[in-house]
Amino acid sequence: MTDATLTLQDVSVARGGKQVVDRVCAALPGGAVTAICGPNGAGKSTLIGAIAGVAVHHGAIRWDGRNLDRTDVAFMPQCVAIRSTLTVLEVVLLGRLDRLGWTLREADLAAAGDALAALGLTHLAERRINTLSGGQQQLVLLAQRLMRKPRILLLDEPTSALDLNRQLLVFDMLASYARENQALVLVALHDLSLAARYASMLLLLRQGTLMGSGHPAEVLRAETIRAVYDVEAEVLHSSGGHPVIAPLHASTECPLRFGGERPPVYHAEM
Amino acid sequence: MTAVDIRTGPLLRSGYRQGMRRRVAVTLWMSVLLAGLILLDLVTGPSPLSVGDALFGLLRGPANPDGMTATIIWSIRLPITLMGVLVGISLGIAGLQMQTILDNPLASPFTLGFSAAAGFGAALAIMFGAALPIAAWLLTPLAAFAATLVSCGLIYGMARARGANPEILTLGGIAVMFLFQALQSLLQFLASPEVLQQIVFWLFGSLMKANWTSVMVLGGVLLVTVPLLARDAWRLTSLRLGDAHARSLGLDADALRRRTFGFVALLTAAAVAFVGTIGFIGLVAPHAARALVGEDQRVLMPLTALMGAALLVGASVVSKIIAQGAVIPVGIVTAVVGVPVLFTLVMRRGAGGWG
Repeated sequence: MTDATLTLQDVSVARGGKQVVDRVCAALPGGAVTAICGPNGAGKSTLIGAIAGVAVHHGAIRWDGRNLDRTDVAFMPQCVAIRSTLTVLEVVLLGRLDRLGWTLREADLAAAGDALAALGLTHLAERRINTLSGGQQQLVLLAQRLMRKPRILLLDEPTSALDLNRQLLVFDMLASYARENQALVLVALHDLSLAARYASMLLLLRQGTLMGSGHPAEVLRAETIRAVYDVEAEVLHSSGGHPVIAPLHASTECPLRFGGERPPVYHAEM
Repeated sequence: MTAVDIRTGPLLRSGYRQGMRRRVAVTLWMSVLLAGLILLDLVTGPSPLSVGDALFGLLRGPANPDGMTATIIWSIRLPITLMGVLVGISLGIAGLQMQTILDNPLASPFTLGFSAAAGFGAALAIMFGAALPIAAWLLTPLAAFAATLVSCGLIYGMARARGANPEILTLGGIAVMFLFQALQSLLQFLASPEVLQQIVFWLFGSLMKANWTSVMVLGGVLLVTVPLLARDAWRLTSLRLGDAHARSLGLDADALRRRTFGFVALLTAAAVAFVGTIGFIGLVAPHAARALVGEDQRVLMPLTALMGAALLVGASVVSKIIAQGAVIPVGIVTAVVGVPVLFTLVMRRGAGGWG
């Protein structure tokens, strides 16, 4: 099976008379992780929502040259705390909501078991989800989406509640999932260094407009980060050769200031 | 994290099956308890029967040569008891689904003004029905049913225009409730003392108004609505993850809320039309069932139905025992029976899905 490509052609989303996503064009390769980054309100979640089919959009979104088949797509929105007392296993099973019947099929139970095991959650299968921490809930919801075995996995801030160790484990797992299943894993993310380490392609958005796309090493330059985030940053490189972003200070005056004092600017010791 | 432990599959499946067996066992025990309460309800009343007499009378059928027992069982008590079972099932399921679609633990079948609308319809029929060529026993339920469906139509229209999210449904429902309460108060203000007394008695909620026709009608409504609700069991379960997650799984949450709301209105209207407003069952039965079997609607819905029926039939028994020779309207007694059940379960198991 050759890797398919998700092509976005002039994808726009308007909300309240404002273009939240403005004519985005990109070709996102299957078999790899792609990251969408940008400041708050840049349109990352909206673009992912448009691909997932939950946000009305203009423009063409095609997978492997054809219109998207929704059964190929799994989408995980930003996490909010779940108050339900459903068990973890029941929550994961809901990943196959489209085909669950009154009696469960062996295949669905097995797929749920595999997804739980892949994220190290088997021991929590009988626990009620409202008793789990925010990070554990996030992992359960990720397992729910993985249970569908999607060709396109759309994740909005999937590691926002996870500790450093689990962030790396989850991204290791996502990268291998993409490789082994020739799937596209598209992740909206704030952590540029994490995006640079795992993504083979990076989209940078600002106010709905695509400001840069390509390999992270090409996109993540000090001047691009300044233009997108209004932040002075130094781009270092890890021992593995991945870009590591060291933010220095905001390049514009802080609008979030209390009182008359300008907040102190911290310079990183290099 | 990526390695799949092959031993976990069978363990997971056996754990799941064990959990399901426990839930099914709880549901079966509740069925046995309900059967016991039905028998108790049949033997309790102004002229007491022994359990043997009641069973014998039931098994011999309405053409029992022992005329008295047959008349008491088949013409008087059985329709009332069966109506208690059917109303309990209807209000239990309606309460459960109202709590689910409104994402609110305080919701009940009457949260969105259905009881106020039914009361207005009944009051209208009691006041002006004499001028119409229809029997009062038929006109009052018809008017209550129609008024409930009108209130449902108003809220449904609003949800259709502005999106069927919990806030719109609740806001629309509360507005409709105030409207019908005001209209009902106006009728009560204008009514003569005799008519006012009839209206107030109707509002109490009593199974004594039941007959075989009402049993057939409510039974028919349940036969139509329950399979349709059961078909949506997993979808209704998914709403407990919150709208964003449910929608991301491909659920059309608005359409699900609208059709469930329609079924709830139909169940509530059919139940209330014949017996008046019987509160508390629709609030407490879902919480009690949830505390016992969790939130998988495949098990929760049947157990809530049985729990609602058991609570109402239990309340019916209590209403006959506490006033010898008279029957207190069951709507007054339901809370007396329901509160201890709810307290016990909440203290033991937590507050169900909204703990």
